[in-house]
Amino acid sequence: MKFKALTSAAALVVLAGTAQADTGLIVGLQLEPPHLDPTSAAAGAIDQVLYSNVFEGLTRFGPDGSVNPGLAASWDISEDGLRYTFNLREGVAFHDGTAMDAEDVVFSLDRARAEDSTNAQKALFAEIEGVEAVDPTTVRVTLSTANGSFLFNMAWGDAVIVASESIENIKTNPVGTGAFKFSNWVQGDQIELVRNEDYWGTPANLETATFKFISDPTAAFAAMMAEDVDVFYSYPAPENLPQFEADARFEVLVGSSEGETILAINNLMEPFTDVRVRKAVAHAIDRQAIIDGAMFGLGTPIGTHFAPHNPDYVDLTSNSQYDPELAKSLLTEAGYPDGFTTTLKLPPPSYARRGGEIIASQLRAVGIQTEISNLEWAQWLEQVFRGKDFGLTIVSHTEPFDIGIYARPEYYFQYDNADFQSLIKDLTAETDPAKRSELIAMAQTIISNDYVNGYLFQLAVPTVVKAGIQGIWSDAPTQAIDLTAVSWSN
Amino acid sequence: MARYILTRLLSLLISLTVASAVIFALIEIIPGDPAAFMLGINAQDDTIAALRAELGLDTSPLERYFGWVSGMVTGDFGTSYTYRTPISEMIAERLWISLPLALIALALSTLIAFPVGILAASKRGSLTDTIVMGFTQLGVAIPNFWFAMLMVLVFAINLRWFSAGGFPGWDEGLFTGLKALTLPAISLALPQASILARVMRSALVDTLDEDFMRTARAKGLNRRQAIQRHALRNAMIPVLTIIGLQFSFLLAGAIIIENVFFLPGLGRLVFQAISQRDLIVVESVVMLLVFAVIVVNFAVDIAYVLVDPRLRRQG
Amino acid sequence: MKTNRNLVVGAALTGFFTIAALISFLWVPYDIEALNIADRMKTPSFSHLLGTDHFGRDILSMVMIGARTSIAVALVAVGIGMGLGVPLGLAAAARKGSLLDELIGRGNDLVFAFPSLLIAILITATFGPSALNAIIAIGIFNVPVFARLTRGSALSIWKRDFILAARVSGKNSAQISVEHILPNLSSLLIVQGTIQFSLAILAEAALSYVGLGAQPPTPSWGRMLADSQTMISLAPHLALAPGLAIVFTVLGLNLLGDGFRDVFDPRLRRGRT
Repeated sequence: MKFKALTSAAALVVLAGTAQADTGLIVGLQLEPPHLDPTSAAAGAIDQVLYSNVFEGLTRFGPDGSVNPGLAASWDISEDGLRYTFNLREGVAFHDGTAMDAEDVVFSLDRARAEDSTNAQKALFAEIEGVEAVDPTTVRVTLSTANGSFLFNMAWGDAVIVASESIENIKTNPVGTGAFKFSNWVQGDQIELVRNEDYWGTPANLETATFKFISDPTAAFAAMMAEDVDVFYSYPAPENLPQFEADARFEVLVGSSEGETILAINNLMEPFTDVRVRKAVAHAIDRQAIIDGAMFGLGTPIGTHFAPHNPDYVDLTSNSQYDPELAKSLLTEAGYPDGFTTTLKLPPPSYARRGGEIIASQLRAVGIQTEISNLEWAQWLEQVFRGKDFGLTIVSHTEPFDIGIYARPEYYFQYDNADFQSLIKDLTAETDPAKRSELIAMAQTIISNDYVNGYLFQLAVPTVVKAGIQGIWSDAPTQAIDLTAVSWSN
Repeated sequence: MARYILTRLLSLLISLTVASAVIFALIEIIPGDPAAFMLGINAQDDTIAALRAELGLDTSPLERYFGWVSGMVTGDFGTSYTYRTPISEMIAERLWISLPLALIALALSTLIAFPVGILAASKRGSLTDTIVMGFTQLGVAIPNFWFAMLMVLVFAINLRWFSAGGFPGWDEGLFTGLKALTLPAISLALPQASILARVMRSALVDTLDEDFMRTARAKGLNRRQAIQRHALRNAMIPVLTIIGLQFSFLLAGAIIIENVFFLPGLGRLVFQAISQRDLIVVESVVMLLVFAVIVVNFAVDIAYVLVDPRLRRQG
Repeated sequence: MKTNRNLVVGAALTGFFTIAALISFLWVPYDIEALNIADRMKTPSFSHLLGTDHFGRDILSMVMIGARTSIAVALVAVGIGMGLGVPLGLAAAARKGSLLDELIGRGNDLVFAFPSLLIAILITATFGPSALNAIIAIGIFNVPVFARLTRGSALSIWKRDFILAARVSGKNSAQISVEHILPNLSSLLIVQGTIQFSLAILAEAALSYVGLGAQPPTPSWGRMLADSQTMISLAPHLALAPGLAIVFTVLGLNLLGDGFRDVFDPRLRRGRT
């Protein structure tokens, strides 16, 4: 009898153990957030952990990138597109128990667009002229000019609603309205979230969500193999994916991202001022070799600065087919029969470092010599992005729908085309979907024909998941890991 | 004697001041703006300026230098730009990993080196000596990060005895914590143990040649007894000096190993802080490490002189 | 006889890698600047004796050219250390007890107190990663090594009789240092130089492992190791070749240093650290 009692006790313990594990999820991430305020830093890791889980905005992104109601249940837009009236959900409370009402929305938006704001995406709020609380559940936002993407802008992590009561310690103790509450942060190791039992919407399935930060790809591989983590989001070493695919314990989800990976060209630096030289660079590049060599086959070739999964995408890859002979003759035509030497500055991600070595070798084949320097992000921002001291660089532009950067002549690749700039102006003011699509297609074609940059591939997001987990977003329409609908299947 | 200590104290203060100025200047000229780094590529210039003001970066370098130094004198290292937490807290937290790691590595290295060194010295010239010393030559020549990679391959990826990196925290229990530090400590200890074993051997061999050892042998002690009773004690001075040097090296030099194993220790803190341009953290940690070495050197100097006043003019 | 064994083995290993580096200027089995993705991560075979890397480059060719990088960086760095350290040490010895001596001594202590790898990282963070900056970073920390060694040994030579004779003949201390002291230090400096050379090879490997040394496409052993790290479970041979190259080069130099010491002066048997 005694023996039996013991074994059943043991069985109970085992059951309790698995039940515990099944309602919690450990997510592996490469980067740790520097702090926990999504409204005052650019670090994508902050959004990954907190967006939609802890903090919510007026609108929110769906798994397919669509813009859905968030804290605003509905909205009305005035005829001229200048006045947005948001109807907030009732009975929403912050995690500290204070009510979320119109005053909090006014506070959040005013804070983001204030003179001394440290919001990394302040441009999202540029058109806002005034925000007023009509009553506790109604907010009216007035814009100075119509903006077709205003609701889209309000879904960004940088536009989440925060409370004046808890703003002071937001960087270490974030208080939001989401389905998860912030619980604990072991710096250098992990952040824990727990389920918000008083959530206004459908509560989360998971009781706890732990984000574990493992930046080293080898350690990530070992952690996943040892099942120390349940999900590894944006898995850093594509070369290891076949090993996970072959293992029945795991599943590999390859999703699309908003990351257009480009060989950016300094359009104001000799000899790249000549469109023939830029065209030669574009034709000298073998995209497939880069995707295979740097990403082990992961990624979709692109011919312009636009995400292929977007319905408005135009396939322009044939505009810059791999053709080294054509590249050589273009160089001769432009007056560089023997090629020239330029710099190639590479930020840390492996797509850039590995891709850079491959591109250097491809450019060398048509006579263009490159001096590679591997930079840290801070150096890259200083030298390349702000200082514009570069010939070529490789970077992935991960912001959704960012073709508008080509309308900013001061932007680091320094493309200045008045036609394109007025086109983007029209696009911003346009609210008719059909006309917008048309303008977007034109914009893509212009930059492709001008060979502003070398368009390489759309970054794919590989996520390694333990079998039996459901509801993980495979695509990454924004830098968020929305766990609100994740569950274990049993 | 008092005068000697006083002059040494003065030169200690001068050294510290020079060191702080050098560190500050070196770090000040690093290109890269912490505010621009934190706000990323879509940030507007006025936003960056606002953040710079918030971080206190808009004041003159001289003002910041004196602010930093006067803060440090009172034990206040300032606040990290990126993490926005007090640096002294961050350092204290990281030391809970770096210090045990250094101590374990040092203990391992000493435990390996002593018997090996004694064995080789007592069998000087024999095949054992040649083989053992051959291994230590190899140990000195192996880059510790490569050794670490190989150990990860064997023990973490293939055998799965250890995790390949990370630190679960001491809250998870002493055993779990020690387990996470095992591979890093071994990778750090191997080259150090080889060096120490070689020092141990040559120090013992040197003393074995000295007169008092011959006397001891003549008095009828066998080789083993002679080594135990006399040679070991005399060989301790160079050995302890090396151990002292190794400790400060292990504390600061574990950067690469902490990165290979992804341990949130002091080394990785600085490494990350450099790439994030969290300059005030870099300054404070480097200063702390330099301070530790200078003060230890000072203490050692004084100790030597107290023991043997003749040593005063050497060094 | 044991003495010569160190020298012979050390010279053989060092010679092997030096010759490999020299040959690489004229010939390597494959062009490493042409990538061949289809042929990547092949295990060693007759066509690629050490296999191919993640870009399909021949690892043997990479290791050969990498030897060139390592040796060049280490040689110049030690050269800087000697070139600055020896005169400083000679000057300090010649003016023993003076303010100059004190300044040099304290300066040495100060440099020693700095964590060398951290400072190297800071230097490259400031001036950008390149082989030159790796050389400077390694070189700086070699200066106090040679300065201390030179001062210590020079002091004992100053006490010798023939120096007195030179003094009497009217030579000033600078002349004596160069004409009489330095030649007597040469064997000691060769021994220490060899050892510092091996340490510099290790330092260069560590720096390029963290991405701070020579930039691609120039191969370097440390960066080859860094590149191979994520593929170690797929293709361990990528990490073995450059790692072993480092080990054997450093081992060779250490043995050579020990050998030199035994040959030049059997009494110079100080504990090697």
